[in-house]
Amino acid sequence: MPERLPDAVAVLAVLVATLRAATPLIIAGMGELVAEKSGVLNLGQEGMMLVGAAVGFIAAATTGNAAAGLLAAMAAGAAMALLFGVLTLTLTANQVATGLALTIFGTGLSALIGVNFVGTPIPGLATVLWPGLAHASPLWQQLLLLDPLVWLSLLLPPAVQWFLYRTRAGLIVRAVGESHDVAHALGYSVPRIRYLTTVFGGAMSGLAGAYLSLAYTPMWVENMVAGRGWIALALVVFSTWKPGWLALGAWLFGFITIAQFEAEAAGISVSPNLLATLPYLATIVVLVLISHDAVALRLNAPAALGKPFRPTV
Amino acid sequence: MRLSLVPRDAPLPGMAWLSPLLAVALSAVGAAALFAAMGRNPLVALDALFVEPIASLNGLAELGLKATPLVLCAVGIAIGVRANVWNIGAEGQFTVGAICGTAVALGFDATGAWWVLPAMLAAGAAGGAAWAAIPAFLRTRFNAHEILTTLMLSYVAIHLLGWLVHGPWQDPEGFNFPQTRQFRDDALLPVLVPGTRLTMSAVFALLSVPLGALLLRGTLAGYRLRVVGLAPGAARYAGFSEAGAVWFTLPLAGGLAGLAGISEVAGPIGQLQPVISPGYGYAAIIVAFLGRLDPLGILLAALLMALLYLGGEGLQMSQQLPLAVTGVIQGMLLFFLLAGDAFAGYRLRLVRTPRHVVRDA
Repeated sequence: MPERLPDAVAVLAVLVATLRAATPLIIAGMGELVAEKSGVLNLGQEGMMLVGAAVGFIAAATTGNAAAGLLAAMAAGAAMALLFGVLTLTLTANQVATGLALTIFGTGLSALIGVNFVGTPIPGLATVLWPGLAHASPLWQQLLLLDPLVWLSLLLPPAVQWFLYRTRAGLIVRAVGESHDVAHALGYSVPRIRYLTTVFGGAMSGLAGAYLSLAYTPMWVENMVAGRGWIALALVVFSTWKPGWLALGAWLFGFITIAQFEAEAAGISVSPNLLATLPYLATIVVLVLISHDAVALRLNAPAALGKPFRPTV
Repeated sequence: MRLSLVPRDAPLPGMAWLSPLLAVALSAVGAAALFAAMGRNPLVALDALFVEPIASLNGLAELGLKATPLVLCAVGIAIGVRANVWNIGAEGQFTVGAICGTAVALGFDATGAWWVLPAMLAAGAAGGAAWAAIPAFLRTRFNAHEILTTLMLSYVAIHLLGWLVHGPWQDPEGFNFPQTRQFRDDALLPVLVPGTRLTMSAVFALLSVPLGALLLRGTLAGYRLRVVGLAPGAARYAGFSEAGAVWFTLPLAGGLAGLAGISEVAGPIGQLQPVISPGYGYAAIIVAFLGRLDPLGILLAALLMALLYLGGEGLQMSQQLPLAVTGVIQGMLLFFLLAGDAFAGYRLRLVRTPRHVVRDA
């Protein structure tokens, strides 16, 4: 936090910081939610976000163009998801094992391609868009920190809700996720639909990763996603596959993350290491709260989630 | 015309063991391509990756040293996966094991008593088992899936370790480095091969292989676990408890990982530091699958994975390649394995797209 802010601005600052911290969780979570609704469980979020963060950063740093960075990150995330799709959808490999492999591979790949970019300074997304940011009044500084991706994180949940429950395509996606055999019998191409949702999920994860390396903390550091991919996965379960609840969960997490910094700034003498465990402990608590009602979970979860589709005809 | 996967009448014979070998070969090709893309001579780099590290006695000892935690963690993971319990938090259990064992060392190693080292190992195993008991409890009592809880607890464990070495356990004479004081000699595992760093812990790993195999194949408990994993419905019908499988496999895996953790700290490292593992707990997942979830296979797979770690370090020094190369090759290995397994049960066929003709009944 900068020096003493007027109270109203201080409240706004906490709000803005919460929204910013929740942004990658919402973007990645929405991608995964759509994929899971079609029956695909991709545990490779962390790996796809890391590759997105690295590729996005490299593209933005070398071209000097933040938009190029974001697009490259989406393409990289989509490519990772495509790899996952070939293995699990075409070759019907185990989705859990393949997702773990994707995370391990992505962690290594991102570190490898990003090695020459560690410590390279780039301007943050908000500064790129508003070059006068540093000289603006504190109030405007806060408002301008809400970059387009933060706005996207606010728009995505209603958009995904609308797509899944108000459009024909969304109905087909849900049908494939509930019973791939029935969807197949009705004449829908289960693999094609799942490829589409999986690749969408990958692109969103890549974008979420790029948000971290281009806007949230504009730099590249190995492993900088720091478990957010896994938290996004947990949020999908927490939300019982409902976009609005996912956003609420993400804001809660954003607030916990921020509270950790606020506590430090306020001079509360708790070790930063112990405070850093809070988001992970909160994830566990939230999972427990939502999972203990096994019936509700089973009613809401896509029935074909994680199950390979092997057509008999 | 399109390519289609057609199920085989029976899985290709021998493919269960052929596909790991194939995956290794393909990964080597992939690695060579990677090296070439990074402007290195692929043959020189492959030599540095696979051959140079084990061209000496010391190299072989280092191989055993790195394979040890992988074997211990992977045997536990594999027994769990057999029962459909996915422990992917071995890294955290490893860390908590190291912390608990260190507590004993810092408290009692000055006494010089004979029991200090055994107590450290027991505390390490118990700590890892207790850490893994948390997700077991959350799964059986609250239905919270262990994939996410074990992983979240790993992050918690690593931050706890950071807190201890930056705070209460920091060596006051350590020039402010975030680490504990060095363990006294009585609190260090004896070295197996003089002049190398290979310790007693390799014996634990070697013991875990036949014991794990015996458990899975030779005991009723192992049979029950496999039934729970392969046919949950049949297991329920037979009265084999799923909760029992969770409570058996998670603490067992945690205990083995915890033992690996304290062995690392009371072995080559000699003190508690912020980073005590290059990701053994995660790499062990690959090892478990590469070894076909079978303890003997795991031993071979762990040696291979250890070679990748050593080779990665060698490449960093001789070829100035980043250490992350190891992670990329590890990931490739698992991808090729999963793809190979798929081909064991399916074959590719060119299918003529049929014209859909509606016929009268």
